[in-house]
Amino acid sequence: MIIGAPTPPPGGFPRDRGGPGQPLLSVKGLVKHFGVKKGFLTKAGPIVRAVDGVDFDVVKGETLGIVGESGCGKSTTARLVMQIIAPDAGDILFDGERVGSQALSLNGFRKQVQMVFQDSYASLNPRLTVEDTIAFGPKVHGASGRAATTRAHDLLHRVGLEPARFAGRYPHELSGGQRQRVNIARALALDPRLLILDEAVSALDKSVEAQVLNLLLDLKDEFGLTYMFISHDLNVVRFMSNRVMVMYLGKVAEFGPSEALFETPKHPYTGALLASMPSMDPDARTETAPLTGDPPNPINPPPGCRFNPRCAKSAALCGHKEPTLLDAGVDHRAACWLVDPASGHPRIAA
Amino acid sequence: MAPIADSVALKPAPTKRGRGYWGSVLLRLRRDPVAMVALAVILLIVLAAVFAPWIAPADPFKGSMIRRLRPIGTPGYLLGSDELGRDMLSRLLYGGRLSLFLGVMPVILAFGIGSTIGIVAGYLGGWINTVTMRTIDVFFAFPSVLLAIALSGALGAGILNSIVSLTVVFVPQIARVAESVTTQIRTRDYVEAARISGASGFTIVRVHVLGNVLGPIFVYATSLISVSMILASGLSFLGLGVRPPEPEWGLMLNTLRTAIYNQPLVAALPGVMIFLTSISFNLFSDGLRSAMEVRQ
Repeated sequence: MIIGAPTPPPGGFPRDRGGPGQPLLSVKGLVKHFGVKKGFLTKAGPIVRAVDGVDFDVVKGETLGIVGESGCGKSTTARLVMQIIAPDAGDILFDGERVGSQALSLNGFRKQVQMVFQDSYASLNPRLTVEDTIAFGPKVHGASGRAATTRAHDLLHRVGLEPARFAGRYPHELSGGQRQRVNIARALALDPRLLILDEAVSALDKSVEAQVLNLLLDLKDEFGLTYMFISHDLNVVRFMSNRVMVMYLGKVAEFGPSEALFETPKHPYTGALLASMPSMDPDARTETAPLTGDPPNPINPPPGCRFNPRCAKSAALCGHKEPTLLDAGVDHRAACWLVDPASGHPRIAA
Repeated sequence: MAPIADSVALKPAPTKRGRGYWGSVLLRLRRDPVAMVALAVILLIVLAAVFAPWIAPADPFKGSMIRRLRPIGTPGYLLGSDELGRDMLSRLLYGGRLSLFLGVMPVILAFGIGSTIGIVAGYLGGWINTVTMRTIDVFFAFPSVLLAIALSGALGAGILNSIVSLTVVFVPQIARVAESVTTQIRTRDYVEAARISGASGFTIVRVHVLGNVLGPIFVYATSLISVSMILASGLSFLGLGVRPPEPEWGLMLNTLRTAIYNQPLVAALPGVMIFLTSISFNLFSDGLRSAMEVRQ
């Protein structure tokens, strides 16, 4: 099973359990609050609502982009999905099976979902050669040393690093882009179905970033992968993603098909994020900041809509009633009263 | 594109390994003159102790009542003679055997025990860590000399008991260093990556934690060798360690203290040996630490 990549046949992926229509990953009501626990002599501290009720699906074969400012819960969501940290509430279903249930053990899940981290250096063990790093996962899952090394060499070749030159090197002997290629190869070594890319290209310079993004697109076709692509770079997310989820203060602000979301954002926060992208057209450049201030403290989120203190279209309604994710088009939802004609928001054009 | 197996031959190509971490540490250490001189002194002392029976000019136990406390340079007594007329040079050579053994052995034992405790506590974290480390902290309430003396006193004099009590003194110190280094490593992304690849805790510690943790602990342990030697000598000096007539530097210092006004130079010789050995271990340990402090 270790050697050889899955070539997606025209009819779908061979490891599908619930057919192509069933989401590969389904996250329901995910909650993670960090807080200082009450202990001996210490009172319970403030609670940081890092992820506060997040629902989303990842469709088989797609790339789901997740964007948001720092601290909005993107990376926490990734770590919760990966089961690196335990959620306080919520379910994670992988191809219809609850993770940790009889049908899908934690180890069985981890074989199918892998992650690429942002910091290419910190995510490689400085004492292991590149091939040992990549071969570690297959060995853990029972491959012989020889098979694991062969697998490592194949993958190195696939990510564009010549095994003869790079297999015996140590992380400090590689450039940032080369290290991130090794990280990608390591993530692919277990032949996963879902790859979570947590700011995987953010630390690379632009030319290298483009190469790695193209590599990711190639690998996706080749291995029949599904991506969760987390980034703060809107251009990159637009380039990579089929659908995009915008997060704000631990909640989903807007979720929709990439083109629709970038062309006609329904949530004022998405609109502000898009307006903050530097324009390539000198005449269209603006001096005024589209979004002022920092995001409010997730320890004490504002009442009502979490975005209302910074929102240009805020109304009295937004200050006390929190919108849920409301339908705003085909497969497009936004957590804003503006998309609900019945909400009574004064800015809705009649 | 072609499936993976077709593009390259199905056997791992022989790869040229880069210079690993330890390779580069060794290279840097070789360029450090102070560390190299210290290492040479250590090797010299160790070899002299090991080959003492062949190079010692006289029997270290055979005394002579009429040739007591001869000064340095007396014919037949190159470094003089002690208060019972035994050849100092021979006794110093033989004494190195016990002194080095008492310096190194407790540190090796404590390195094994302390690293295990510290790495387990550091990797598991949580309440196991808290309970272990607070228990360890109790030992820090006592100065190490006092602790060693108290333990040796309770266990009784003897080489074995000295080793036991010195080991107990060093275990908490090494465990604390091991715990703090492991706690740092545990949250690194590569450890998380290993966890999400489904590896067991034991495998992660073996492959990803040990290699990054043992180096710093080892450096700390080498710096304890000199402390151990001095403590062991101190125990012998107080009559809690090696017993006469065994040659041991600390004990020799004790028995010669009465002669300090008659033959101060001869009486100081065991102290010189202790000083020379412990400073060499310390300098080498310093060199090793700076050779390892690279990148990251």
